[in-house]
Order: sequence, then structure tokens, then C-alpha cells
Amino acid sequence: MSTLETTLESHEHAHHGPAKGIGRWLFTTNHKDIGSMYLWFSLLMFFIGGCMALLIRAELFQPGLQLVEPGFFNQMTTMHGLIMVFGAVMPAFVGLANWMVPMMIGAPDMALPRMNNWSFWILPFAFAMLVSTLFMDGGAPNFGWTFYAPLSTTYAPPSVTYFIFAVHMMGISSIMGAINIIATILNMRTPGMTMMKLPLFCWTWLITAFLLIAVMPVLAGVVTMMLMDIHFGTSFFNAAGGGDPVLFQHVFWFFGHPEVYIMILPAFGIISHIIPTFARKPLFGYASMVYATASIAILSFLVWAHHMFTVGLPLVGELFFMFATMLIAVPTGVKVFNWVATMFRGSMTFETPMLFALAFVVLFTIGGFSGLMLAIAPVDFQYHDTYFVVAHFHYVLVPGAVFAIMAGVYYWLPKWTGHMLNETMGKLHFWISFIGVNITFFPMHFIGLAGMPRRIPDYALQFADFNMVASIGAFIFGLSQLIFLWNVIACVRGGRRAEARAWEGAEGLEWEVASPAPYHTFATPPKLPETPR
Amino acid sequence: MVRTIITTIGSGLGLTLYSATAAAAWEVNLTPGVTDVSRSVFDLHMTIFWICVAIALVVFGVMFWSIFHHRKSRGAKAHNFHENTLVEVIWTIIPLAILVAMAVPATATLVQMYDSSEAELDIQVTGYQWKWRYDYLDHDLNFFSNLSTPREQITNEADKQEHYLLEVDRHLVVPVATKIRFLLTSNDVIHSWWVPALAVKKDAIPGFINEAWTVIDEPGIYRGQCAELCGKDHGFMPVVIEAVSQDDFQQWLADARAEKQSAAAAAERTWTLDELMQQGEQVYLRACAACHLPNGEGVPGAFPALKGSPIALGDVAGHIDIVLNGKSGTAMQAFRDQLSATELAAVITYERNAWGNSLGEAVSPVQIARLLEPSTGEAEQ
Repeated sequence: MSTLETTLESHEHAHHGPAKGIGRWLFTTNHKDIGSMYLWFSLLMFFIGGCMALLIRAELFQPGLQLVEPGFFNQMTTMHGLIMVFGAVMPAFVGLANWMVPMMIGAPDMALPRMNNWSFWILPFAFAMLVSTLFMDGGAPNFGWTFYAPLSTTYAPPSVTYFIFAVHMMGISSIMGAINIIATILNMRTPGMTMMKLPLFCWTWLITAFLLIAVMPVLAGVVTMMLMDIHFGTSFFNAAGGGDPVLFQHVFWFFGHPEVYIMILPAFGIISHIIPTFARKPLFGYASMVYATASIAILSFLVWAHHMFTVGLPLVGELFFMFATMLIAVPTGVKVFNWVATMFRGSMTFETPMLFALAFVVLFTIGGFSGLMLAIAPVDFQYHDTYFVVAHFHYVLVPGAVFAIMAGVYYWLPKWTGHMLNETMGKLHFWISFIGVNITFFPMHFIGLAGMPRRIPDYALQFADFNMVASIGAFIFGLSQLIFLWNVIACVRGGRRAEARAWEGAEGLEWEVASPAPYHTFATPPKLPETPR
Repeated sequence: MVRTIITTIGSGLGLTLYSATAAAAWEVNLTPGVTDVSRSVFDLHMTIFWICVAIALVVFGVMFWSIFHHRKSRGAKAHNFHENTLVEVIWTIIPLAILVAMAVPATATLVQMYDSSEAELDIQVTGYQWKWRYDYLDHDLNFFSNLSTPREQITNEADKQEHYLLEVDRHLVVPVATKIRFLLTSNDVIHSWWVPALAVKKDAIPGFINEAWTVIDEPGIYRGQCAELCGKDHGFMPVVIEAVSQDDFQQWLADARAEKQSAAAAAERTWTLDELMQQGEQVYLRACAACHLPNGEGVPGAFPALKGSPIALGDVAGHIDIVLNGKSGTAMQAFRDQLSATELAAVITYERNAWGNSLGEAVSPVQIARLLEPSTGEAEQ
């Protein structure tokens, strides 16, 4: 290992370091720089989308209209969803992939570094355009992040055209990012790293990248059909012209369901690294993890209509989509069992990344249970479009995807910055977030079952108490993210020096290079360490 | 701003104290409902819920047991096992078996829900932005059902009543112990008609007709809401269904028809400008103010202003045409079937004489009634 480091260092001297000034960030092709930009961008979007969520929760604090008009409320729910899905969660995973995939497989950089720069720099423009719609006549998109036609076509505000263009740009960015990750993982693994030795974060991202390439064009297709309906006189989604509004939902969810897994599979990868590290024990069932991920990805193409149980599908259609959806519980269950088995008979410690990972396992599983309930079509008629659904997908996305991202950030921060995190502040962030997230989203199960529809700015009196509780929780959770911001900045600026292997039980090539990772790593392919994955 | 927030929080805390005494405020579960189907749905819901609880206890039990016992601070040494085919096969097969056991009753209930044959009463439900229209297809009767919660309660200027946001001007009245088939469609965007007590939720889709059915056991008033985001006032279009005995239902049908005839007669007499303005304001607030706002100023970029608008101040025939027939490709609906001749005349008169629009002329109900005669409608098609 010491020889490895010396080779690296001598290489470091041979290369020039990062460019100076703003040019470093505008023209960089370095995977670490681009990864950092993705992560900061995602954090900014997380705060913007979060402020919108807090405005929504403030309006819902009690019955009656207090702060915003219903029209603006709809713009907030729409923009919150779009920004969190496309601006916060997806770029965060791409950022993590940029930083970690080359270091995990022993590659010097991404396979297509210039395209990497381009795929990032599209995003600020896409989101600037999306957010600018808030200031346009008629307001921002107000038809929900699922933008069902004809509400999003015939009845949409004029800004819908900007929304369509922004979605196209996000799609191009995602597709290029996905191509890059596939090219990197398939071609640039260090000698001896067979596919079944690939770190799980790379495996889950590889599968995610194929999902992205498969479904982002479908999203582009559906928004293009909208554009044609709005401006060029077609009637894809207009029954009066021979079209079908339900066609929109089929195409959208054919994108939308795999999209859900795009937001969770990389999270599975992160968790599969963190739990073995802090349990000091190899991951249980590596092979079954890979197969389970692949099965989930394949099944994700066969279940889209479970979002549409109430549109009047024929009986056989309902049955097919109900059974296929229930089937997803099997590979997902396998993953959870594997994580638990990894902890079993380990030697566990509970640093901040591990706390987030454990919370992920428990709370994501709760989201999985409500997902199983939603899969039962006849019962879904009662759950559909209520706060029960809101509770379900926030459980899998916030303490699911977002907690996994935070776990990953805390886990790899020492590698990125060369400093250890202030554990006290990390634990403080964890506990306030954990409590806040549950106070926010758990009561939503109750108000949903009691009959409150989603996306309404005002509600009947029997929903008042739990709404107030949820709003209080939302502010606790939202404000606790300022601790996260403080932690990250503090860790960048200083702290206890991190070793190359920052965590005692950490395995993998990324822990063989120095902390902070030099600007260029693995200019020559490293030898795989003898230790098992 | 800060002051608003403080008052908001203050009154919020007050409300908590108040609603602690109100019934069902902390309701945590689905309603079992009042039909056979809704009770099977409830049973399914509880079954799957308890299955999930059982699995959670086992999985989280093992997890927390490990967290407690296999921690480094207790001196636990890490083992090195990382595979066991038998265990992995077992924990794939068992969940599969549970799922199959769950799928059987779910399928049976779904098949039952899809059998809408042999209905005794057909009701067409049409979603509009933002109200419901009910057509009793065999009884030549139809009407709109609008939210009846006063604006002042929504804007917190008056105390909220028990059925805040779940009350309408006209209930959908149906007989008990009768198989009712609902035929759902929409006039504009997609809505979703939902009554939790019946376990009926079905999308109302423009250009298509969906079916749902129910048999209600007990007389009573059951409340629900639109469940699909349908625009600005999606949260303000409740469903209220009133189940009555067969005799009461026949009586109600007769009354409703008589009422319709007396409304037609009212159009024949002469109305003064003041009378029309007075009724016009009421109709305006009920049918138009959601988009064009109570002060007629509209929402720029979304809903045009009527105050000072070229249509409201222009040729009366053009104004009547857009109110009666709507404007295709926009949110402006056709009101010819929604309002009576008198109401239409009153609201058009009101729009031409309110908020500084002052043409001083009245549109007479007779004039509108002539335009509404069936021949006009057919000629257009």
C-alpha cells in the first residue's frame, strides 16, 4: 500500500493541479470537481425545494386559507416535487457517482470527461428556466409534478412551454450522465476487477444508468407530445380531437415508475457500503444483492399502471399490475434481510454515517410496507391520491433516498476534504432530522386513511390536529438541515486529519488513496487489495 | 409578515384546544363504510396491515437485537460469514407465499367491484371545474352540486362550521338497498369522484365514461371530495351523497321536478334592473368568482378580468354567447346547462353593471330563454 501511495504522489507532481479562478469550475473535466459541483447544486436545490415545502406546511398548519392563494399553493406543490426529484435527489446521486465510481474501480477519471462537464453545466440553466416561471404572467406550472393532461395542456398557464424545455434539458443531462457512468464502469475497471467484484455502489449505479437511458427519452416524448398539443394543433391527449387523456398517464408512468427506482437504487448501493464498514463484517449475500437490484429494475418496467388503478383499467389489467407490483416486495425484502444479516454477529459502532444508514433501513422498510398496501388494487381505491400516498413516497424518498445521500456524504466527506467530521454535530443533525422526519410524515398516514386528499390547500376540520403536528415536524426537519450545511462547511474548512482509511472497517480502492484524495488518482491502474470486498 | 405568523400560530393553538373536544379529530384509520364492498375493502386493509406489522416485528427485532448485542463497545468480535444459500432461498420463498395468500382475497374483492351489471338506478356524474353535475338518466332530472361553505369561513373571517368544506348546496339523493351505477365523465380536466364510506373512487375523464357501483345499506349523509388535482379549486369541490328510503326518494324526485318547472315560469315575468343585479351578484359569486374573482379583476395570465373588459362592455350578443357557450380551449365553461335563464340574464346584467362597468342596460330572462330553446342547440350542432 505504501508503494501505491508513493506512485500516486510522484504522479501528482508530474501533473499540474487544478486551474485557478472561475475557469477551474467552468471548464473542468475532473471528475472530483464535477462531482463537487453536482453535490453543491443539489444542496442548493434541496434548500429551495425545502423552502417551498415549508410554505406548503405553513399554509396547512390549520384549516382555512392564511398565507397563499390556492393557485399559488398548486404552483408550490408542483415546483417542490419537480425541484426535489430532478434538482436535488438525482443530481446528488450523479455527484456521488462522479466522485466515487472512478475511485472505486481504480480509474483515473470518468470515461467521457468533457461530456461530464457538459452534462453538469446544462443543469443550472434548466433550473434557472424552471424557477423563472414563478415570475411569469399566469405563474409557474400548477398541475402537479405528474402534470396530467389536459390540466397541463389545454388548461395550463403559458409558462408550461418553459417547463417543457427545462424538462428536455434535465433529460439530456441525465442521459449523458448515465452514458458516462456505463462507459466508465464497463471499460475502466482496474485489471482483475471482474463484474462480480464490482463494489455495490457501482453495480446499483450501473443498473440505474440503464434505467435512465431507457426512460428519460420516454419523458422527453411525453413532454414533446404535450408541446405538440399546446402549440401545433395535435390531439394526443385531447378526447375532442380523437386523443386520450389516459394515454398521457400511461406514457408518463412508464417513465415515472422506473424513475422511482432511479432515485432509490443508488441509495441501496450506498447503504451496502456503510453497513459492512461499521459492522466490520463483509456484506451478506453480495451476489443476491446484485440479482435483487437487477430484478427490481426489470420489474420496474412492468408495474407502471399501479399509479393508475382508478382510471378505469379493465379487470385483467388491474390484476396484472397488482400481482407484478406485489412481486417487487420479494427482491426488496431480500435486500433488507441482507442488510440485517450483515449486522448480525458484527462488531458495530454508530458513527453518523451508520446512524443515517440504520434509519434508512427502518424507515425505508416502513415506506416499503405502505407500498405493499398500496399495491392491493381494491384497497388502493381508498388510498389513491390521499395523504396516505404522500406519506408513502415521502418515507421512501426522504428518510429513504435523502438519508442515504446524507449517509454517503458523511461517509465519504473525510476522503473528499481530508478532515474528519465533528461527530457531536453529526449526531445532533441525525437525531433532530430523525425525529423531525417522523413527526412530519408519520401522521400523514393517519390523515390519508381518515380521508384527506393530497394537493389541497385547505381541509375539513377532522384533519386539523394531525396536519398541525405534521407542520411542526416539517419545520423541525427543515431547520435541522442548516446543521447539515454547517457540518459540511466545517468539515471542508478544518477538523481532525483523516487517515487514508478514514473508517476502521472500510474496504475498497477509494480507501487506498490518501485523504483528501489528490486531484488526480489512479493514473496507472492499481492492484486489487487481497482483502475480500 | 411576522405578525401574521404570530397570529396564525396563536389561533392555531387555540384551535387545537377547541378541536380536542370535537369528534373524530384524531382519527387514524380507514372508515369501514356502509356497503358490503367497503367492508371487504376495510378487512383487506386490516389484514395487509397486520401482516406488515408482523414482518416488521421480526425484521426490526433481529436488527435491534444485533444493534444491542453485537456492538463493539460490548466487546463483540465480528464474524466473517457472508453467504448462506439455504437462508437466502428461505427468505425469498416465505415472502412469496405471504404475497400469494394476500392476492387471493384481493382478487375476489376486485372482481366483485368490477361487476356493475343489473343496476337499478343509473346516475351520470360529470366533473366540472370545480363542481359536480348529477344526471338521473331514467328520471329526466339533472342539477349541479356546488360547495356551500361561505367564503368568510375559508378566509377565517367567520367561525368554521362542523362540515366545513364538506357541504354542498344540493345533495346527491339516492335510495338505500338499491344497486346504483355511476357513469363518470368530465367536462374539462380529469377529476376523481370519491366517497370513502362507499369505497368508491373513480376518475372522471373528459371524453370517456367510467363505471362504478354501490348498494348503500343505511340511510345517512356520506361525504367525500374530488381526489384528482383539477386546478385551482380542487380542494373545494366536495361530494355529498344522501341515502334515503325508497319512498322518500320518490317524493324527492317529484319535488325536484316541480321546482324545475317553477324556475322556468319565473323567466317569463319582467325583471327590473335592480332585481337582476341583486340575483346576478349571488350567481356571480357562486359560479364565476372562483376564476374572475369577486372584484372582477381576474388573475393576469390565467383568468381574464371582467372589469373594464371589451366583452363585458362590448356588444351584448357577444357577451351572451361566451357565457352560454364558453370558449373552447380555455377554462371558460359553457353555462347554458348550468344556470337557468333567469340566472344567466341576471349574471350577464351584473357583469355589465358592476365594479365600474356601467352600461345601465338589463338583459331580460325571456331573451335568454329564447336562446336556450332546444332548436337553437340543435342548429349549432
